[in-house]
Amino acid sequence: MEILANLAIGFETAFQLHNLFYCLIGVFLGTVIGVLPGVGPTATIAMLLPITFSLSPTSAMIMLAGIYYGAQYGGSTTAILMNLPGEASSAVTSIDGYQMARQGRAGPALSIAAIGSFVAGTFATLLIALSAPTLTKLALEFGPTEYFSLIVFGLVCSVALAHGDILKALAMVVFGLLIGLVGTDLYSGAQRFTLGFMELFDGIDVVALSVGIFGIAEILRNLENESLREATTARVGTLLPSRQDLRQSTQPIIRGTVIGSLLGVLPGGGALLSSFASYTLEKKLSKTPERFGKGAIEGVAGPESANNAGAQTSFIPMLTLGLPSNAVMALMIGALIVQGIVPGPNVVNERPDLFWGLIVSMWVGNLFLLLLNLPLVGIWIKLLKVPYYALFPAILAFSSIGIYSMGGNVFDLYSLTLFGVIGYFLMKVECEPAPFLLGFILGPMMEEYLRRALILARGDATVFFTSPISAGFLVATVFMLVIITLPFIRRRREEIFVED
Amino acid sequence: MISNPKDTAAGLFFIAAGLFFCLNVWFNLQVGTALRMGPGYFPIALGAILALLGLAIIFKGMFTQGTPFGSVAIRGVVFVGLAPLIFSVVVLPLGLVAAIFLSTFVASLSSQRSGIVFSLLLSLGLTIFCVLVFSYGLGLPYKLVGPWLQWIGG
Repeated sequence: MEILANLAIGFETAFQLHNLFYCLIGVFLGTVIGVLPGVGPTATIAMLLPITFSLSPTSAMIMLAGIYYGAQYGGSTTAILMNLPGEASSAVTSIDGYQMARQGRAGPALSIAAIGSFVAGTFATLLIALSAPTLTKLALEFGPTEYFSLIVFGLVCSVALAHGDILKALAMVVFGLLIGLVGTDLYSGAQRFTLGFMELFDGIDVVALSVGIFGIAEILRNLENESLREATTARVGTLLPSRQDLRQSTQPIIRGTVIGSLLGVLPGGGALLSSFASYTLEKKLSKTPERFGKGAIEGVAGPESANNAGAQTSFIPMLTLGLPSNAVMALMIGALIVQGIVPGPNVVNERPDLFWGLIVSMWVGNLFLLLLNLPLVGIWIKLLKVPYYALFPAILAFSSIGIYSMGGNVFDLYSLTLFGVIGYFLMKVECEPAPFLLGFILGPMMEEYLRRALILARGDATVFFTSPISAGFLVATVFMLVIITLPFIRRRREEIFVED
Repeated sequence: MISNPKDTAAGLFFIAAGLFFCLNVWFNLQVGTALRMGPGYFPIALGAILALLGLAIIFKGMFTQGTPFGSVAIRGVVFVGLAPLIFSVVVLPLGLVAAIFLSTFVASLSSQRSGIVFSLLLSLGLTIFCVLVFSYGLGLPYKLVGPWLQWIGG
């Protein structure tokens, strides 16, 4: 029973007092910031990244993971209470959740969301624990050729499964890859694209870049139309779901968990796709589909479980392959690199405490969410009433201090402004920032694998097609590209991701 | 007549970015061969792909009807963008307190809904909060009052 021994290591690590503490702090901070209107999970994690750098790698990852589901849960809270989804994946929750809130049933909606998330989180944690060792063994077989093709496949998948224009998303990936190459070339020592700035020799700082492109850009967008930000909050009422609520939610929670766990592993908006898929499925299976959109509890239970399961299983590619499947995982990888740990299949053998501790702490974090957030819902509602014009200067101040505190380097603040403005422009022309961040993280890795693969193959580029695994990934990539450009699929895809 | 301004703008941006990287490689870096890949090999390939994608986006935009840009938060871009820059200029000579206060104040000017008095109070409150959390709580080693203001404290 290797798995039990592994989980034992995990429990031992996660239940160390300081790790429990950081998990709790992470979940709490994540919820606080996630609840604030207009701040999504990616921006939240990016903003809070600097404060984890002084911790040990294990504690830092545990805290970051806590921030992640805290922020997710916070996003659902605003989606239900104010019809303001913090990010796209809770957009679905707001459809029926907000209607429930208007009918005075916000309490049960919030409880079901928390219970569903907890069930999903538990299942997904088990799934990760069971599948991770096998996947890591598989990944260790991969050479640079296979890795290169896998990254290509992952990037194209993440574009295909995200919403928005495919060409623009591809361009964002490539742009990200290029920005990721800024700095010293490790092979030749040449300075690339540093424009003579010494501060750029180590590359552009990942925190400054991501806070800029997610945080600042979002602030600017919100400033366009300030009057829309006056939202009224619904009364919560009793928190306890009725017996009928529970009965109606059981099956959607189970189905959502399964869908989310499967889709979450795929690159691209794991959480997003799974919540949409779950909602569609529940509506199809329901005997009373006309209730959907008018406050059906199934429409909250399914998607909330699905997006939490998806959020959790999206850790699988990150932990086993060292490859990010979404923007949040890209930040996690960035954090690991800053901590001096090379993400990839070796982590499980070299740092079993980190690997298993993180997995178990996910479950602990979900438990905290359930035990903490429901009783504290009154505080979250108070937070929702903070006016935006008081909020964003605070976000800016925290980000500036955080970014400055990382290296005492004012240059990172220039990057913050620059990428904030670029991010806002790209947002205006409807280019999603997530593929950009994925590219940014993967750029150096991709180049490294390409170089090593071609050196091994003596410069023969056909190696990518003669190695069977690599060829498989590339064929799958082409297949993916062909599929999403087919008119029929494209129409379906646009339908699925219609948000409003 | 530009039928899809957003696509056109995005396409132009990506073309410019792609060309920037390509030209930079061309003038500064070695490209090398597939076997002996120079520092410029991967970026020049990506730069070319990016420029081509930009072209494709513009091309696609010519056959689709796009939505207009909508309002642009110019005031936001100016003041929010300035805030981190002011922080960066002020933090060494004047210290953390002045940096937080000034950058918060400038940032809050970008909102049309908050008046001067509110902005001042907000900046003051945030400064106190940040100093308590970051300097005393987390123990960041930055000077609260910089060398230029030392005379105040004597």
